[in-house]
Amino acid sequence: MENVIVANNLSAKYNSKIIWQNASFEIKSGEFIGLLGPNGAGKTTLFRILLGLNSPSSGDVTILNKKVLKGNQNIGYVPQRRIVDVESKLFSIEYVKLGLSGHKWGLPTPKELQIEEKQALAALKLVDADEFAYRPIGELSGGEQQKVFLAQALIGKPKILLLDEPLSNLDIKRGNQLIKLISSIARKENIAVMLIAHDINPLLPYLDRIIYIANHKVASGEINNIITSQSLSKLYNSPVEVIKDSKGRIAVLGTEEAHHHAQ
Amino acid sequence: MLSNSFSWNIWLDITNIWQYSFMRNAFEAGTIVAIVAGIVGYFVVLRKLSFAAHALSHVGFAGAAGAVLISINPLVGLLIFTSGGGLAMSALGRKANNRDVQIGIVLAFMLGLGVLFISLYKGYATEAYSILFGEILGISSSNVIFTFIIGILVILSIGVIYRKLLFASMDEDVAEAKGISTLKIGLLFMVILAFATAIAVQVVGVLLIFALMVTPAAIAQRIANKPSEGIAISVIIAVIATWVGLFVAYYLPYPVSFFIVSIVFGLYLIVRLIEFYKLRKQLVI
Repeated sequence: MENVIVANNLSAKYNSKIIWQNASFEIKSGEFIGLLGPNGAGKTTLFRILLGLNSPSSGDVTILNKKVLKGNQNIGYVPQRRIVDVESKLFSIEYVKLGLSGHKWGLPTPKELQIEEKQALAALKLVDADEFAYRPIGELSGGEQQKVFLAQALIGKPKILLLDEPLSNLDIKRGNQLIKLISSIARKENIAVMLIAHDINPLLPYLDRIIYIANHKVASGEINNIITSQSLSKLYNSPVEVIKDSKGRIAVLGTEEAHHHAQ
Repeated sequence: MLSNSFSWNIWLDITNIWQYSFMRNAFEAGTIVAIVAGIVGYFVVLRKLSFAAHALSHVGFAGAAGAVLISINPLVGLLIFTSGGGLAMSALGRKANNRDVQIGIVLAFMLGLGVLFISLYKGYATEAYSILFGEILGISSSNVIFTFIIGILVILSIGVIYRKLLFASMDEDVAEAKGISTLKIGLLFMVILAFATAIAVQVVGVLLIFALMVTPAAIAQRIANKPSEGIAISVIIAVIATWVGLFVAYYLPYPVSFFIVSIVFGLYLIVRLIEFYKLRKQLVI
């Protein structure tokens, strides 16, 4: 499998304050990576660096063997929960279309419009949301909107998907359904997925590896190597205990964010 | 046959009105402004910039009053001040929703400046009145051409950035990630808005700018399922309100801007009422 993202000693600063440093990891095509860590640890910052919106303070990163490029069409991005105007009557499909040609200059030609419509419907079908295509986005539930935004990210046939907390605001059942859907699409289309989440448990059956950001440090590897009392204590630089229940669910105790992991 | 009274033969009425060059000028300028305001207004509403549009027209008031004071074309003063104001506003704050305090501060200062210019000008008070409330019946042929050129410029500019502007307005974060410089698009749009505002002030005046720039687009947004449809509806409403307003004002001794404002307001009320009844029906079922 080829590497789609390679980061070497990457560091991020905000106003000369270190957010995190020395992040080195490789992500292969089709891999499902969980990006975990407490609030404000800099998970979204990592996404912004991969998107070319922020520059790393040191180190380097390549995407598909090329330097990071702003507006890379190989990356599909779903930012953290967006506020949708509930009064807007714009159809969901209009949001999906933006992902295909919204970055272009000028007006669309009739042929482009036709292609847009076709591909947007296909993308919505892929995420099992084609029934919402011609419904105002403001009338959809949070989970349904999340699917529409996922379709928007998928429409350009990206090689990489960056999903920032897609499960927030969804109940456990809807969250599980969405994660299953994302995983099956990623496998089928061979897309590498990086997903930011607070709670690792719904992700456990699907994750290949994780990247854990905490205390200005970044650890990456297999879940069983990272989510351990020893490795997390080292990362947080304070005693942290990882507990597993009979079903393999994980609770992390001793971090400020403990309540997010404990179910 | 020329007659100033209304007959039920609409064609004859229109032919009569068309005899007068001031009415021709008014229809021509009014139509251009309505089309421009309808298009630009759609993005104003989508980007939640209606307060900025309102403020820009007030900034324009100072410009127009200043121009009158130094005896140059008020439209020139309007253009200079609104585009300067537009640039300043986008420089002040990035996100639309935390801008209203800064915009309000600039707005108040500009109105004050306008008042000073008007008081310094020893000519007619009607000048101030027409800047504030619009004086489309007094528009000159040269201003019609001026309006036409600016209108074309505005429409072309929107055409060039249409898809990027739409993306940045509907989904800013993703647009940015897709390589659109949302900051630059926002800045460019403020300049476009400034130009549109400058020509619209001639028709409805500084105080009634909402009538053409916001209300038609707000109605469109409550109906349209596609951005292109929304823009079309917004333009149609603005054009019809302007035409009907001019037509009625020809026969009645009341200001054109009053009729335009009333027509769009009436339409807005109708749309809201229909929505209300639909919602009630849904609730009952």
